[in-house]
Amino acid sequence: MNWIDIGSLTDIPAQGARVVRTALGCVAVFRTADDQVFALEDRCPHKGGPLSEGIVHGAQVTCPLHAWVFDLNTGQAQGADEGAVATFSARVVAGRVQLDATRLVRRSAA
Amino acid sequence: MTQKLVVIGAGMASGRVLEHLFEDAPGTFEVTLFNAEARGNYNRIMLSPVLSGEKTYEEIVTHDADWYARHGVTCHFGTHVTRIDRDRKVVVAGGAEVTYDRLVIATGSAPFIIPVPGRDLPGVVSYRDLDDTNAMIAAARPGAKAVVIGGGLLGLEAAAGLALRGMEVTVIHLMGHLMERQLDPAAGYLLQKALEARGIRIHCKGATKAILGQDRAEAVLLEDGTTYGADLVVMAVGIRPETRLATDAGLEVGRGITVDDTMVTSDPAILAVGECVEHDRQLFGLVAPLYDQARVVAATLQGKPAAFRPVQTATKLKVTGCDLFSAGDFAEGEGREDIVLRDPARGIYKRLVIQQDRLIGAVLYGDTADGPWFFGLIKDGTDIGPLRDTLIFGPSHQGGATADPMAAVAALPPEAEICGCNGVCKGRIVQAIEAGAQTLAAVRAVTKASSSCGTCTGLVEQVMALTLGPDFAAPVRQGMCGCTDQGHDDVRRLIRVKALKSIPAVMQELGWKTAGGCASCRPALNYYLLAEWPLDYRDDRQSRFVNERNHANIQKDGTYSVVPRMWGGVTTPDELRAIADAADRYNVPMVKVTGGQRIDLLGVRKEDLPAIWADLNAAGMVSGHAYSKGLRTVKTCVGSEFCRFGTQDSTGLGIRLEKLLWGSWTPHKVKLGVSGCPRNCAEATIKDIGIICVDSGYQISVAGAAGMEVKETEFLAATPSADEACDITAAFIQLYREQGQYLHRAFKWVAKVGLDKIRAQVVDDLENRAALVARFELSQSVYRQDPWAEHAPAAARRQWAALADLSQEAAE
Ligand code: SRM
Ligand SMILES: Cc1cc2nc3c(=O)[nH]c(=O)nc-3n(C[C@H](O)[C@H](O)[C@H](O)COP(=O)(O)OP(=O)(O)OC[C@H]3O[C@@H](n4cnc5c(N)ncnc54)[C@H](O)[C@@H]3O)c2cc1C
Ligand code: SF4
Ligand code: FES
Repeated sequence: MNWIDIGSLTDIPAQGARVVRTALGCVAVFRTADDQVFALEDRCPHKGGPLSEGIVHGAQVTCPLHAWVFDLNTGQAQGADEGAVATFSARVVAGRVQLDATRLVRRSAA
Repeated sequence: MTQKLVVIGAGMASGRVLEHLFEDAPGTFEVTLFNAEARGNYNRIMLSPVLSGEKTYEEIVTHDADWYARHGVTCHFGTHVTRIDRDRKVVVAGGAEVTYDRLVIATGSAPFIIPVPGRDLPGVVSYRDLDDTNAMIAAARPGAKAVVIGGGLLGLEAAAGLALRGMEVTVIHLMGHLMERQLDPAAGYLLQKALEARGIRIHCKGATKAILGQDRAEAVLLEDGTTYGADLVVMAVGIRPETRLATDAGLEVGRGITVDDTMVTSDPAILAVGECVEHDRQLFGLVAPLYDQARVVAATLQGKPAAFRPVQTATKLKVTGCDLFSAGDFAEGEGREDIVLRDPARGIYKRLVIQQDRLIGAVLYGDTADGPWFFGLIKDGTDIGPLRDTLIFGPSHQGGATADPMAAVAALPPEAEICGCNGVCKGRIVQAIEAGAQTLAAVRAVTKASSSCGTCTGLVEQVMALTLGPDFAAPVRQGMCGCTDQGHDDVRRLIRVKALKSIPAVMQELGWKTAGGCASCRPALNYYLLAEWPLDYRDDRQSRFVNERNHANIQKDGTYSVVPRMWGGVTTPDELRAIADAADRYNVPMVKVTGGQRIDLLGVRKEDLPAIWADLNAAGMVSGHAYSKGLRTVKTCVGSEFCRFGTQDSTGLGIRLEKLLWGSWTPHKVKLGVSGCPRNCAEATIKDIGIICVDSGYQISVAGAAGMEVKETEFLAATPSADEACDITAAFIQLYREQGQYLHRAFKWVAKVGLDKIRAQVVDDLENRAALVARFELSQSVYRQDPWAEHAPAAARRQWAALADLSQEAAE
């Protein structure tokens, strides 16, 4: 694991998300009502909608474009819809949000 | 051969008689039904939820006009029977006479009015029927004062309902503790504490001396000199059987109309049923025994043998959040022993009274789940000797069973009563399910279980779950969404009557089934709350759909469109220059004229939104709300200022309306059009509100549509005055704001409510119109603000950009 500090928990609205730019595209970092954080790929598998702009309810988010619902734990689409987004490890340490950068930052060798 | 059956009183008891008759012997009786109330049979015991606003009258009607018609019942509602002529076998009502072969008297009870001075003043009501309930609702202005005389079942239900409606309520009770007939002092105390926590004042040992007031009730004076101010006085001190007709007819009457085991009075042609009867020196005031009587009456009428045997009854108080249950006898006495369990932290109190190894009484407060089990033990006279030590812990602790909530129900024997009102036991429900009743509705239809006061619905569902196993699908109710069984209108009403002022409060109080709602209920709740409490409620941005959260329309590629307001479609060279500059500065890929007479800058990146807004703000422009469930555009034509046919200044009126209405939130979007003459160049007649100027003034029409449905507007009002046109428009929008279901355009709301009703409120009733306009203005004092200006300042911009940028970071 390679934890990188990306900001304060309070920078993310509860029941909301902020975006982190990475070499792989945007990652949406969600904060739930009970202050859990989750990091997911910010591109809906349906038509590319930004999940970071969806409504967060419980540990789920509804895509803003056509209302597919995703589980923040697994990245899996819920209900009848099929698809998934990549998930990344995230944690809160002393009020700071950290992402596991192992899969996120550019490989220097590349 | 049909017999003529006349029934006096369409109450809970006679309603049940008729149901049995039509089911067992259809076509045998030609029924004429009289009722002093101006309506047919409804579930009287549900008046309290109607009073509190948790149900509507329509929801508690048990027999509607259709039902009576289907069974050929001749109804005389709103008609008092004044005399029974037994010699000629006729009843007399309002000058007319109806003959009978058999007569059923089911006149119920009359509320007892204590003979104190002032009891006849307007503002003093009893609590018996729908008219009383409506009178209370009408008097229940928030902040007004109510005094309820009587701290029994009815008085407390009235007090709780009035408190929920925002009244300041005091209960005067003659005895030392509340509901002394059903509760012991400890439970009475817990109940008093729970009611006081809701802001209800309780005065025990209070004897009413007089009701004071000149033209109407103003205060209640007690013997001890205390006075309580009162805009409304509710007398709920007791009832007495309504026996006047029977007495006049010379029937044998004690405290009630005397009947034998077959429910026949001293005249073999006449039966009596319900609260008006006396059987074996006993009176009855709860529906369970009345339903047993009804079954016997129906049998007797058909010549079948049957006998009424009164059984024990149990009581529940229908005040949401006060769980109490009492059954049997719990007075202290020789040879009686108590088992008591208290859990003060959870506010639980349980007391069992035992005599000679039989349970004879039970009082439960705070946790009433085991009530039916205890009640079963009381009724059956079970020998509880072997269970004694663990009895108070309930059935789940007997025989080593676990504390599984289902176990309590599973442990019930088939004879255990589940539905107290209708006397339905577990075995009967199981039988009905096994015979094919697979839904709650079906079980209700077949067994009547949970069809009266409804408090046992959960138990019935548990019996279904146990019987059907995995086949049992939880009942689907028409809720707003999967998170709740409550519909939109109910949620709105409860937000109002329970004064719920936040989304968590709504979810907690109305029992949301999910932790944080969903993308469909949250925006609706946010709207309902801000519309109801414009000054108190703080908009919840995270419950807004993306467009409203970001004050711009999201596009398929995640960029946004920016539409500044052009009041009435009018712009200036300076505005156009500023728009052009902004388009250049932020590399806007497309500039487009919209269908709403303004200019759209499409393809703006999210992080640029605050900056482009700041630039547009600097040129005097504000958000056009092209994204909101709120006022969109007011489309106008050039009108009398330039056009040779123009009759009025349609452009000017359009601008004035847009300045009046902008910023307001509505159930769905609202668009207006103002045309200068009937040529209608602004297409006003397909808008939510359209105004056509004519020589004599302004014609206002509403409820048009031109989206997925297309519909011409309907005429609402004409006025010579532009001021009045603005008022009517604002009043119409406010009414829509208050009543419309979220995501229903105005035309859908109008179709649901009816244009005539709306016209009566916003056009004809001037006082009401002014009140609507005032409420709209109050809300606009908060919302007539430019959201762009709020987010444009440099300090606020950070949250529109990415939280971090790792794209340039290298892995070590
Ligand atoms: C920009 C505009 C089209 C244009 O280029 O002219 C437009 C664009 C959109 N309309 Fe519209 N409507 C536009 C005028 C209209 C009109 C014509 C009018 O207003 O005179 C109508 C028909 C009249 C009406 O409102 O009924 C119209 C009926 C709709 C509907 C159907 C509404 C209905 O009740 O049936 C929707 C869908 C909805 O709101 O649920 C919709 C939804 C949309 C959305 C917001 C779709 C969305 O949710 O993303 C579009 C945003 C596109 C974008 O990328 O920004 N738009 N839309 C017009 C903006 C007007 C303005 O200045 O604010
Ligand atoms: C607010 C409230 C809450 C209650 N809650 C409960 C509860 O939770 N559980 C419970 O078991 N019980 C409850 N009760 C009691 C229950 O409602 C009564 O026991 C039941 O309604 C009595 O039925 P009935 O048919 O005898 O009389 P009613 O239902 O009162 O019907 C009698 C009808 O006869 C009509 N009538 C009277 N005289 C004449 C005449 N001369 N001519 C024509 N019509 C006439 C009356 O207008 C009335 O409509 C409650 C009662 C009230 C008022
Ligand atoms: S009609 Fe409206 S919603 Fe449909 S594509 Fe055009 S702008 Fe979008
Ligand atoms: S892009 Fe997410 S649901 Fe269509």
